Amino acid sequence: MEHVNTEHKTHSHGYGIYVLVWLALIALTSITVTVAGVDFGKLALPIALFIAAVKSALVINYFMHIKFEEPIFKVFLLLSGTTLLVIFILTFFDVFYR
Amino acid sequence: MADGNAHVAAKSFYEEGTTKKSTGITSWLFSTDHKRIGLMYLVTITAFFFVGALFGVLMRLELMAPGETIMGAQEYNTLFTLHGVIMIFLFIIPGIPAIFGNFFLPLQLGAKDVAFPRLNLLSYWIYLIGSVLVILSLFMQGGPIDTGWTFYVPYSVRTTTSVSLPLFAAFVLGFSSILTGLNFIVTIHRMRAPGMNFFRMPLFGWSIYATAWIQVIATPVVGITILLVIIERSFGVGIFDPALGGDPILFQHLFWIYSHPAVYIMILPAMGVVSEIIPTFSRRTIFGYTPIAMSSLAIAFVGYLVWAHHMFTSGMSDTSRVIFSLLTYIVALPSGVKVFNWVATMYKGSIDPKPPFLWVMSFVFLFSIGGLTGLVLGSITADIHVHDTYFVVSHFHYVMFGGTGTIVFAALYYWFPKMFGKMYNIKWANINALFYIIAFNVLYFPKFIMGYQGMPRRYYDYLPEFADLQMLSTIGSWIMFATLVSIFLNLYLAIKKGKKAHNNPWGGVTLEWQTSSPPPLLNFDREITVNHEPYDFSQLKELDYESK
Ligand code: HEM
Ligand SMILES: [Cu+2]
Repeated sequence: MEHVNTEHKTHSHGYGIYVLVWLALIALTSITVTVAGVDFGKLALPIALFIAAVKSALVINYFMHIKFEEPIFKVFLLLSGTTLLVIFILTFFDVFYR
Repeated sequence: MADGNAHVAAKSFYEEGTTKKSTGITSWLFSTDHKRIGLMYLVTITAFFFVGALFGVLMRLELMAPGETIMGAQEYNTLFTLHGVIMIFLFIIPGIPAIFGNFFLPLQLGAKDVAFPRLNLLSYWIYLIGSVLVILSLFMQGGPIDTGWTFYVPYSVRTTTSVSLPLFAAFVLGFSSILTGLNFIVTIHRMRAPGMNFFRMPLFGWSIYATAWIQVIATPVVGITILLVIIERSFGVGIFDPALGGDPILFQHLFWIYSHPAVYIMILPAMGVVSEIIPTFSRRTIFGYTPIAMSSLAIAFVGYLVWAHHMFTSGMSDTSRVIFSLLTYIVALPSGVKVFNWVATMYKGSIDPKPPFLWVMSFVFLFSIGGLTGLVLGSITADIHVHDTYFVVSHFHYVMFGGTGTIVFAALYYWFPKMFGKMYNIKWANINALFYIIAFNVLYFPKFIMGYQGMPRRYYDYLPEFADLQMLSTIGSWIMFATLVSIFLNLYLAIKKGKKAHNNPWGGVTLEWQTSSPPPLLNFDREITVNHEPYDFSQLKELDYESK
């Protein structure tokens, strides 16, 4: 009988990448904190949100392993992410015009 | 079934369970059978519904005459809060998905169970724990919560009543909702019988699918919001309370970012049930299958874009007010698509006005009033006049109770014979439908008028000029309560000593009507393959059904 490979198809890439991502997250956090002390005026919020978005992308892709999953999961995630983005944009009509 | 066993009826799911012993309380509480879980939800949710209704009747008693009648302001505040929390979080949000979605989604898909039966049981347990926490909170120090079901800050941060525990209960209940939604999404993707592609799926399935996505995506928002209020209360962190540097309108945004989509968690499954009942009792395939299915998805999506129509008078920016008012009108479109398609389905159909159909007609009537008055509230200028008045109270009872609540009964009448294998008294059910619609309008229509005249909501007392209409509304609450008791009495007696129901009493063609009543543990005694459109009534020639 043919050899059946029951083992889950895993993309092994050691722990190195996780440590790197972790370091990147710490770096980004310290940037957020530092930037908060500088007066960027209206840009402060977009900058903070941008850094946060990069951090989430790292966590989702590596720690949550989505980068290596089937496309359907990415579609679902994109759906949720888009919804969130739309909600953010709509909320900003109150933030910027109040 | 030519093997000579045809006369040996398969055991029903009541006789055969997933636990070691197939009878007794533990065979229910630990059952992973989607049908038993659906029935457990039915019992629990019905119990809470009656408690909620009782609180409603008590409030109406207080309002029977001006001045203090049976309770003071604080008791009244507590009652409308509990009434709201119970009706929203324990009755109407879980209602149709948890009871009928659980029981009928797998049956309609030709599946043996949901994708994750244990997760399903866990969802029920989480629901139970959440509801126990609500009850516990009544006896905590400070007394029961009095914030209204909306928990608006800054009051909810400052009041000395017990707020954190019921808030936490709502947080817990949210997980039940999320897990149920997740389970249904995977079930629909993975468990459909061979041949049942997405476009052969009954429309109830589509509506559950759209609902499930809202449950999964929107519920976490309210969860986080609730936690923030608890943190603010416990540690004095300034998030929402302006005295601490917070923004109270931010709370309203976050609250309604969930709670507006939540109204679609309430109504979409109801619309799905309507799309099942109308073809069956018109003996005609549904008109516009694809538009109805797509409008469910459209409602689910557009539903995210309108939340701030609850906040027109809150002090948010004018730009937001205009944008959200405009977007609100857009949601009316996909709802209109559904109503027109339902009407077109009935056109030239051979209509059989049995109880489920009559209840659906009551729904169309009441929900239309609710929906149209919603447009009044959606236009900024009119809303400023009637915001926080009885007009709003009337509007949301028409949509939630007259809309979804009515369909809970319609669904119960439609699927009861399948769930219990018994038939209820049809005449009695018809009379109940008549009394229901009378009671409903006597109870709530006066509130539209009072609201327009300026009667604010959430008050235990009022000016003498409202006395007559208030009295009328209270009389309506008595007829309503009697009708509700009568509905369940009829069904209860049917379970106890009703006639045995035919497997297909209405001549339905979706898969749940092609198995025995009640169904066996694994739903069907054969392998299901699907080669028909869902509402193809030409199948009836080959199917077994009870003719008139
Ligand atoms: C026998 C049936 C019912 C009666 C007599 C009733 C009566 C009432 C009354 C008198 C109020 C308070 C109005 C005020 O002073 O502001 C109220 C509020 C409310 N009702 Fe009902 N109701 C019933 C059923 C329902 C149902 C089935 C639902 C939901 C599906 C519901 C949802 C609500 C909500 C959300 C509130 C607002 C609570 C708040 O202000 O925080 N009710 N109801
Ligand atoms: Cu809304």
